[in-house]
Amino acid sequence: MQVAVLPRSSIGKKALMAVTGAVWIGYLVLHMWGNLHIFQGAESFNHYAEFLRTVGEPVFSHAQVLWLIRIVIVAALAAHIWSAWDLYLQAQRARSTNYAVKRVVQANYASRFMRIGGVVIILFVLFHLAHYTWGWVTPFDRADPYRNVVIGFSSPVIVLFYLLALAALGLHLFHGVWSMFQTLGLNSRRFDGFFRGLAVFVALVIPIGFATVPLAVLFGILS
Amino acid sequence: MSVTTTQTMTEAPTFVEAPLDGRVPSGPVETLWERTKFDMKLVNPTNRRRFKVIIVGSGLAGGAAAATLGEQGYNVECYAYQDSPRRAHSVAAQGGINAAKNYRNDGDSIYRLFYDTVKGGDFRSREANVYRLAEVSNAIIDQCVAQGVPFAREYGGMLDNRSFGGAQVARTFYARGQTGQQLLLGAYQALARQIAAGTVKMFNRTEMLDLIVVNGRARGIVVRDMCTGEITPRLADVVVVGTGGYSNAFFLSTNAKGCNGTAIWRAHKRGAYFANPCYTQIHPTCIPPVGEHQSKLTLMSESLRNDGRIWVPKQPGDTRPADQIPENERFYYLEELYPSFGNLSPRDISSRAAKRQVDSGRGVGPLRNGVYLDFADSINRLGQKVIADRYGNLFDMYENITGENAYQTPMRIYPAPHYTMGGLWVDYYLMSNIPGLFVIGEANFSDHGANRLGASALMQGLADGYFVLPSTLPNYIAATKLEKIDENADAVKEAVANVTDITNRLMNTKGTKSVDHYHRELGKIIWDYCGMSRTAEGLEKAIQLIPELEAEFWENVRVTGEAGGINQELEKAGRLVDYFDLGRLMCIDALDRNESCGGHFREEYQTPEGEALRNDEEYTYVAAWEYAGAGEMPLLHKEPLEFETVKLATRSYK
Amino acid sequence: MRLKLRIWRQKNAGAEGKFVDYNLDGVSEDSSFLEMLDLLNGHLIDRNEEPVHFDHDCREGICGMCGMVINGIAHGPKAAITTCQLHMREFKDGDSITIEPWRAQPFPVMKDLIVDRTAFDRIIESGGYISVNTGQAPDASVIAVPKTQADRAMDAAACIGCGACVAACPNGSAMLFTSAKLAHLNSLPQGQTERFDRAVLMVNQMDAEGFGGCTNIGECEAVCPKEISLDFIAMMNLDLLRANVMGKGKR
Repeated sequence: MQVAVLPRSSIGKKALMAVTGAVWIGYLVLHMWGNLHIFQGAESFNHYAEFLRTVGEPVFSHAQVLWLIRIVIVAALAAHIWSAWDLYLQAQRARSTNYAVKRVVQANYASRFMRIGGVVIILFVLFHLAHYTWGWVTPFDRADPYRNVVIGFSSPVIVLFYLLALAALGLHLFHGVWSMFQTLGLNSRRFDGFFRGLAVFVALVIPIGFATVPLAVLFGILS
Repeated sequence: MSVTTTQTMTEAPTFVEAPLDGRVPSGPVETLWERTKFDMKLVNPTNRRRFKVIIVGSGLAGGAAAATLGEQGYNVECYAYQDSPRRAHSVAAQGGINAAKNYRNDGDSIYRLFYDTVKGGDFRSREANVYRLAEVSNAIIDQCVAQGVPFAREYGGMLDNRSFGGAQVARTFYARGQTGQQLLLGAYQALARQIAAGTVKMFNRTEMLDLIVVNGRARGIVVRDMCTGEITPRLADVVVVGTGGYSNAFFLSTNAKGCNGTAIWRAHKRGAYFANPCYTQIHPTCIPPVGEHQSKLTLMSESLRNDGRIWVPKQPGDTRPADQIPENERFYYLEELYPSFGNLSPRDISSRAAKRQVDSGRGVGPLRNGVYLDFADSINRLGQKVIADRYGNLFDMYENITGENAYQTPMRIYPAPHYTMGGLWVDYYLMSNIPGLFVIGEANFSDHGANRLGASALMQGLADGYFVLPSTLPNYIAATKLEKIDENADAVKEAVANVTDITNRLMNTKGTKSVDHYHRELGKIIWDYCGMSRTAEGLEKAIQLIPELEAEFWENVRVTGEAGGINQELEKAGRLVDYFDLGRLMCIDALDRNESCGGHFREEYQTPEGEALRNDEEYTYVAAWEYAGAGEMPLLHKEPLEFETVKLATRSYK
Repeated sequence: MRLKLRIWRQKNAGAEGKFVDYNLDGVSEDSSFLEMLDLLNGHLIDRNEEPVHFDHDCREGICGMCGMVINGIAHGPKAAITTCQLHMREFKDGDSITIEPWRAQPFPVMKDLIVDRTAFDRIIESGGYISVNTGQAPDASVIAVPKTQADRAMDAAACIGCGACVAACPNGSAMLFTSAKLAHLNSLPQGQTERFDRAVLMVNQMDAEGFGGCTNIGECEAVCPKEISLDFIAMMNLDLLRANVMGKGKR
């Protein structure tokens, strides 16, 4: 076994990005699914929020699973960002001189948006933590998540920012999901159409799933 | 413009009475190579790294030889003018490589390949060499497959074959239309492995500009580093030249722009005999030139003739588009004149037939300088998909260059200079008359006689590089006492000074006309008078015109830039200097050979039907020319050719 | 045709380069792109200036020597061909054409449009071969290779090593080149023995040369004159990951 040396090569770093990206997709699906509980009403949603802390008891003590998940996703995010940064530096070194005339032949917009999109997503994540975990942005009551959500999304500016971030996430996923299979060497001409289709599916379902909540609040469906 | 009149060279050349000895061991040809291999001396494996071998050229012959000698443990240095050995012009061969495997069970054998090659060469090659070539052909295929050359396969996984001009068996192995590329990559990869192992040192963008001869033995070369302009001697125990042919003497040829005759010509000036320079192959299937801007000609693989039919309008001057010429007004001249080989007649025959049609006013295309190669019948019979599978890349290439779709309108083709059978003279051991100078691949004269069959160049290059040279070169080392030499030896200094002098003269002429201008002019002279058909009168004229042009060149050429550093004009100028002399020698040789054979066609010597008429009585010899000084008439050595196994016969493909 | 050319001129590797504008008249539509440059160079020589230096050799699209970025696209606007196969009928009278050398740190400019691509050779030297000495081969018919495998190997082996993939990649990545050689040899039964070592060694060398990583955007595939597929990059990735898990590549 020399898995430990993997990240030394550019392909290893890419593989690390693919795997950590997959971890995050898994997390996003769970997160989105949880969010949708809000449409079952305040009680159900608050119950779900409590469940997140009590899950795994009595094997795990209070909030231990939640913290485990947090550690995994933070580590995954850190590895994802580190790989991306390192590959970015490598690319900058490899292409230190730019062309006077730039033309793109076949690369789609999403694929060229990965790095900027990634930065947008990180900024969003920080804002999102400030918004709903630390409660620095809008009035916040740790005991009533449902109210926090409704108050938090009452501002159209905040909703707009969330929607923009979700669009960035969609683009990131559109290239990222397909790219993941390519990087892990699972893609080939035979499966290309399937993986592209899967990427479109994921890139639509996750952002739309998330977007329903702020939109519902904004349009008064949730109050 | 002042012209130094050089004396005209129309008097008969002096020839040396004593026959030149090809050092062919005696005995039956079938077992000759095996016995020779046993008789040759060997070098102990632990001693090998003490011998330095310089190999000039990294194509099929040079690259394969460098890799193989490296594997054996010699201390090898390999030189190439390209930026990587993978770019040697062997890469451009399209069609395939012959071998006597008889995988088709269609009656092929080593003997038949040998026979076809001797006959294809119009009985002007050395029997023993050709037999050896046929013999090792099978091992080449084995070697290449083991290296991972992706030859075409059948669905069962077995190797596929196609047929080629001049043969009635399917013995050609191929990798799509890129056989040369794939074989070269095989050799290149083997070479790369030795470079990594440290047995071979590769010098890219480095050009050989002189041969160093010390005490009568080849002991090194002088090179110019094409990046820095530095001129340095490189010493060794043996020098191997595998730098390809000299078709670029014609300016317009299918050779790569960088292909040159400089290495072999400068070795010739140091004493190596130049054999049969007039044997040049004009390939029948090339895209006709379109105008003055033309910088080179593009070959379309001969394999196209498997499925394409060649024709011209019956009526001279017929300007109707191809699809408006009814079937009965078309002249399928190869099928009608050579029914048993038809469109697959050998190259020299096909080329001359095309020339006759165009000369008679039946040429097609805007400049009326081509003949049709028509796939309509095959497309009707097999469907466009099959044709596209077989030749898709060639059709694409044709469309890129001409803007025409050959699935819909017939291709237009015309012959173009492509390969040179002539080259430095070598004995059976591939050594020139200068001990220690070996010559391999297209650069030597040995195996193809007066005409080369399709798919045989790759075979010969690899045979020399992988199998023949690596057996004969050690014999020379083992049998020779090689004294130490150093860079201060007079011969070394003199060679370096010679190269520096040529470079300085070129840089200091500071005239008004470009190198390309003179090359085009030279090419026209050689093409007009020493091309597909030749006359004594024309050749005499060319022998007069070339030195005049050369004199003007030295007065009036403009080489821009500086000698230090990259200077492509200087590179071209240096090569052109040698083409003047080489072109002149081609004409002298063509004039001396009062017969028609293979690629050499003298209008005075033809049958009533216009076929080549050999003169076996007087010309069954190899003409090996010895350099006698600038502007002097070279000395002719004759190596008599004996045909003990194959009977001399008129070559007929009817 | 009349053209406005803007060409990168650089005296040598150490010198500062710059764009120089040229007006060129009388270009034939039937001439190739390189013949158009020949025409320009003829005029430059007439003016006693140094001609534009560019690498070229076979001019049939197979040697891989030529290559320049033409109006922002490696090998120019027409897909699946090299610069030498590009013909002027692809352009219009009066067009402006900007011509630049390949840009990548491992491909330093040597003069004008000439770049040094020996990094590719070193990648091949690191393991892009099957280790078989001359004479060691068994009969060619011993190993049957299914046609699909042979065809796949040939698809990959068609690479001419021109470097357009690197030039077109915004990351300056050589993944397409490296993967083509790996896929060629790794698709064949003959290449299995060294398969995983080869993947590790070649990828290490590729990284050591200073090429960038892959972001799967596919610009390389789009400009490749031989239409080498991104599939081969996927194949290389998997081989490398498997090799790493198996602990291969220690030589």
